Amino acid sequence: MIELSDVLILAAILFCISVAGIFINRKNVIVLLMCIELMLLAVNMNFIAFSHFMNDITGQIFVFFILTVAAAESAIGLAILMVLFRNRRTINVDDLNSMKG
Amino acid sequence: MIEQVIFYIFAGLLIFSASMVITVRNPVFAALFLVLSFFSSAAIWLLLQAEFLAIALVLVYVGAVMVLFLFVVMMLDINLARLREGFTRYLPVGIIVALLMMTAMGLVVSSEYFQTDTSAPVTARAPDYSNTTELGKTLYTDYLYPFEIAGVILLVAIIAAIALTMRKPRSTKSQQPSMQVQARKEDRLKIVKMQSEQQQ
Repeated sequence: MIELSDVLILAAILFCISVAGIFINRKNVIVLLMCIELMLLAVNMNFIAFSHFMNDITGQIFVFFILTVAAAESAIGLAILMVLFRNRRTINVDDLNSMKG
Repeated sequence: MIEQVIFYIFAGLLIFSASMVITVRNPVFAALFLVLSFFSSAAIWLLLQAEFLAIALVLVYVGAVMVLFLFVVMMLDINLARLREGFTRYLPVGIIVALLMMTAMGLVVSSEYFQTDTSAPVTARAPDYSNTTELGKTLYTDYLYPFEIAGVILLVAIIAAIALTMRKPRSTKSQQPSMQVQARKEDRLKIVKMQSEQQQ
């Protein structure tokens, strides 16, 4: 039988891996977007674990909305990335300093 | 017992693929490992009896979002060597921050407040219990307005993504109604007065 804390610790490990990914891949916008997706996945896993162990379906409704917003976010983020690459020919975060004073 | 074995197999697969996502060199492989981590977390969601969301995760993420990621990664001509600069420099900081966060969250989560026996016991579902039906009932009654707002958010995302990336093709001939309305007879038509010629 799976315990609640097992799933919560798994989600915490997943979240920490994606935080470390944001630190070590801070030049590459595509991998940064993937790390954000992993973070949202970890949060969703917490919601589903609580929904299962507390017999409350509301947690799954929240996961539904998070999935919606995450899909919209990644679509717009990748569209911005495309426009960025078309204009600057790079996706390196360090080159994106046109608003630097 | 069998549930625990399945859970640990997929949890190990999930952690392995997530760490490969952040460390692998090529973004294409990172996207493919992200697909693997979505699959294994969908399996864990199935174990937690969230069947509809597990299928939706596979369909929406693996089927749509990750294909979009792969498409963008393969379309952009990126310089991998420059993007990997500073990888080893930021690696210790990333690991330290991740370990600190993991310690803090582990202390909180493994405390007695999050043990299973303190919350309501998990009851076995009836054989005809449908997760999709229950989710639909709740979604279309209590959460109807948030559901509609979610639809509007998706519409905004569609329009924004298209508007951001659309380029006008130069070869297309299109009408400009304002120019058509402003056109006057004097600009186009020239009346030349001349003598009538003799018939031969």
